[in-house]
Amino acid sequence: MSRYETVIGLEVHAHLKTRTKIFCACSTTFGSEPNENVCAVCSGMPGVLPVLNAMVPEYAAKMGLATGCEVNLKSVFARKNYFYPDLPKGYQISQFELPICEHGSVAIEVDGQRKVIGLTRIHMEEDAGKNIHSAAENASFVDLNRAGVPLIEIVSEPDMRSAEEAVAYLKELRSILLYLGICDGNMEEGSFRCDANVSIRPVGQEALGTRAELKNLNSFKHVQKAIEYEVARQIDLIEDGEDVVQETRLYNADKGTTHSMRGKEEAHDYRYFPDPDLVPLVLDPAWVEQWRAELPELPAAKRTRFMADYGLADYDAVLLTAELAVADYFEAAAKAYSGQARKIANWVVGDLLPSLGETGIAAGDCLLTPARLAGLLTLVDDGTISVKIGKDSFRDLCASGDDPAEYVRARGLAQVSDTGELEAMVDRVISENPAEVEAYRGGKTKLMSFFMGQVMRLSKGQANPGVVTKLIQQKLS
Amino acid sequence: MKISPQEVAKVARLARLDLPQDKLELFAGQLGDILGHMDKLAELDTDSVEPMYSPVEHTTVLRPDEPRKEHGRDEVLGNAPRQDGQFFIVPRIV
Repeated sequence: MSRYETVIGLEVHAHLKTRTKIFCACSTTFGSEPNENVCAVCSGMPGVLPVLNAMVPEYAAKMGLATGCEVNLKSVFARKNYFYPDLPKGYQISQFELPICEHGSVAIEVDGQRKVIGLTRIHMEEDAGKNIHSAAENASFVDLNRAGVPLIEIVSEPDMRSAEEAVAYLKELRSILLYLGICDGNMEEGSFRCDANVSIRPVGQEALGTRAELKNLNSFKHVQKAIEYEVARQIDLIEDGEDVVQETRLYNADKGTTHSMRGKEEAHDYRYFPDPDLVPLVLDPAWVEQWRAELPELPAAKRTRFMADYGLADYDAVLLTAELAVADYFEAAAKAYSGQARKIANWVVGDLLPSLGETGIAAGDCLLTPARLAGLLTLVDDGTISVKIGKDSFRDLCASGDDPAEYVRARGLAQVSDTGELEAMVDRVISENPAEVEAYRGGKTKLMSFFMGQVMRLSKGQANPGVVTKLIQQKLS
Repeated sequence: MKISPQEVAKVARLARLDLPQDKLELFAGQLGDILGHMDKLAELDTDSVEPMYSPVEHTTVLRPDEPRKEHGRDEVLGNAPRQDGQFFIVPRIV
């Protein structure tokens, strides 16, 4: 047991899925030509006036409502001042004193332990542009397409005590955002980003240790590894009698290490003040009630319901509800299927999810539709095909979109249950393997699986195993 | 003194203002006067007054989420001291 306790707080930035930027009518489309979606407002021309996109407070408030926050009916935009070429105005419009949402929480589960993580606040802000640095040309190239894309920043309390808890919290947040349909959750494209504040303290100590802020964490795996590395680094420092310095550190994914971003200490003096270009945002209580009424069933509720209604294990329920498209797929297949929903869950978790992961296809777009998956399982249940043939056909069916019954018929994959045909195969196996037959009769009944394997080979996997077992037993008894 | 010459130098640096060393005392004095006046205002009891975040009386101006393209890229880049038809170009940062 370590003598130190890890303390983690996370700041998550989520791009909102609006059509236009937060303060101007430029498109938010990702991957456009550089500086294609830029106007006088988001390029910081003097004398322009930002006007708030109506969808932004709605989405921000919905995230707050989904995480038990209080929605502040009055909130204010503030200027966060710093200089960097991807920020043409010299300040980022954000919220400081009066954010739109405060005091929420998110429940997570790690190793069967439920834990509630506090949310300090959720606020609205604009994203910055992107810089490309060229050493060869001794210049930096600025693309402002992303400048002004709406973000919400979700700030947690320092409630997490391990990298696993931090990842579980992030996955839950991402899941909620996807359910609400307000963020695409893509970590690689940067539409779901996370900074981690990490510190350690001796077990039993109340006061927090000095924290380091970790950046450049663009996958769940990076979050996990960066925190683990940082905790070990801080323990080493303290054990060696040195101090942890409060600083921003960048994660290097290739080396699995973090390193200091020196010389940015002063940049943290942002001199926030209310933005005089924007009037306070006052929400009508009726809007908030309407948004509350529009909330969908959230991941945690769906998990509980799946376990109760479909008899799923906790582990499967977590995997099946992480993304709404997968949850909807499972539920549609379970409804189309007359057998136990747990069987559908096994196929979705064991076969569909890995296949989607490899092909990058969304569950809703899979050509093996929920109804067809139910059809495939029914073919297995009624003995038309073996489980093995079913599993082997799975990927093909995902790619082709064929009707499973048609597919099995066209390829002659139906299981052979005809006793006469199987009997001939069993006879052949018995006559070709006299030594094994001898041993079996002498008591080595484990050889049953050997005979079964031989018959399966002859039948190309299509023999009905139940019938074959009976035949072998009859012949060798 | 309300604000020291060192603090004035720091704020100037944060705002990228090139302040001559021999003017620090002068500005510290002037800014100090302004802060002193703020202290005077702070003597008033404002406990029952809601903070004013904007001198404008109306609130909540919203815009529908409908994309509109106002300028071509050439126009957007046109005012930049340096550009290549695609990007704004600035002195190398990293």
